[in-house]
Amino acid sequence: MKRTPLYQAHRALGARLIEFSGWEMPLQYKSIVAEHRAVRTGVGLFDLSHMGEIELRGPQALAVCQELLVSDVARLQLGQAQYSVLCYPHGGIVDDVIVYRIAGDRYLFCVNAANSEHDYDWMRAHNHGRAELINRSDEYALIAIQGPRAAATLQRLTPLDLMQLRRYWCVTGEVGGIPTLVARTGYTGEDGFELFVSLHHSVPLWQACLDAGRQEGIVPVGLGARDTLRLEAGYLLYGNDIDAQTTPLEAGLQRLVRFDKPAFLGREALLRQQQSGVSRQLVAVRLHDPGVPRRGYALWSGDRVVGHVTSGTLSPCLGTGIALGYVPPSYTAVGTPLAVEIRGRHAQGQVVTRPFYHTH
Amino acid sequence: MEIPSQLRYSHEHEWVAVEDNIATIGITDYAQEQLGDVVYVELPEVGTQITKDEAFGVVESVKAVSDIYAPVSGTVTEVNVDLPDSPETINEDPYGDAWMIRVEMSDPTELDDLMTAAEYKKFLEEQEKDEE
Repeated sequence: MKRTPLYQAHRALGARLIEFSGWEMPLQYKSIVAEHRAVRTGVGLFDLSHMGEIELRGPQALAVCQELLVSDVARLQLGQAQYSVLCYPHGGIVDDVIVYRIAGDRYLFCVNAANSEHDYDWMRAHNHGRAELINRSDEYALIAIQGPRAAATLQRLTPLDLMQLRRYWCVTGEVGGIPTLVARTGYTGEDGFELFVSLHHSVPLWQACLDAGRQEGIVPVGLGARDTLRLEAGYLLYGNDIDAQTTPLEAGLQRLVRFDKPAFLGREALLRQQQSGVSRQLVAVRLHDPGVPRRGYALWSGDRVVGHVTSGTLSPCLGTGIALGYVPPSYTAVGTPLAVEIRGRHAQGQVVTRPFYHTH
Repeated sequence: MEIPSQLRYSHEHEWVAVEDNIATIGITDYAQEQLGDVVYVELPEVGTQITKDEAFGVVESVKAVSDIYAPVSGTVTEVNVDLPDSPETINEDPYGDAWMIRVEMSDPTELDDLMTAAEYKKFLEEQEKDEE
């Protein structure tokens, strides 16, 4: 199993470690629910160094990005980022990524840990040597600082004016004296930052963040709370909610897909699907009956199984079961009653809008 | 790790307190720590027959679903009805407020299969060793 440079720091903090995508990562330090709440009300610190970073650079980099991604990368200004997906020609999703335009002709993809090798191979196969393609996953550590007190905490460590850094933008500067790519992005639904830093600077940066956040009550947050936070925020998880068999149109990501830009992988298939209509669509279901929906549980409409849960949990902030899953489009209107089958019992709920939980 | 000396313990990490023919049952401190934050509890109704080594209830943490196994057989005479509304009690007070059910035992000799506190402590130590 691979370990991030922060492995010893996690052990010292009493983390319970688990295997995740080939990495030994913290599941929780003290309590998933307490870590979740800390991010909703204060500030939490995450080691996300398992995530992959792949860079495309050079005069042809934009053209290659445009072919690989369904979104219009040409709209990115210097320092701007966007959430997007790479698709197979048949429209299924290779991965979901955030692409950062970190210099005029440099694009940094932050990709899922489990997919980073495959993404790199995929990008290389479609690059045809036009742009310089560099897998930087082993060079970067990634530390996220998230929560309503994240900006105040981080500001203590940097001369950068974080007030000027808008959501989905990034800037290079020093944090705690360490050269860092600071991005105002995250996967929690809260304000926050993701800090891309050279691997050997990650331990001092992690410690500097913990020290700077002491008066804010900062806590380290494991992957357990990362999952409940992202689900409350309605974000998708690759491998659960999206994969090679789901398209962005089915997954509710049609806003990303720009048919009016130059050709891209998956365009024809997605255009066909848009014209013919999807046969299933991602819905968000909130239960009003007690119970914890989990991946694989059946979704019922009356006496019919209409789909299955792809992600589910008990929302720590709402106190009810919440789930994502795929159902035919006729069951996707907000307010449609849907039940989750939990150990043979039907826990009643209804279709709601994402996010489940509205943050400040 | 708390292991009260007056209780009996199962290999599935339930505890039993015996008074006359009534067994009070819950899960151990070790069990709650392994589970993490408990967010949901499902208990049987009064009058339910439970059978030793068979599941009588469910606890769910954020990450996992776990059955709770009956350490003894008998009839449920009382259920902790407050527990489903405050499942976090299992993390906070596993041997006290988080008792789950009271059972009128049908075969008190089944208690002989349960461990004493000292035996359970040793059992946990061996389990920890196996994990390493």
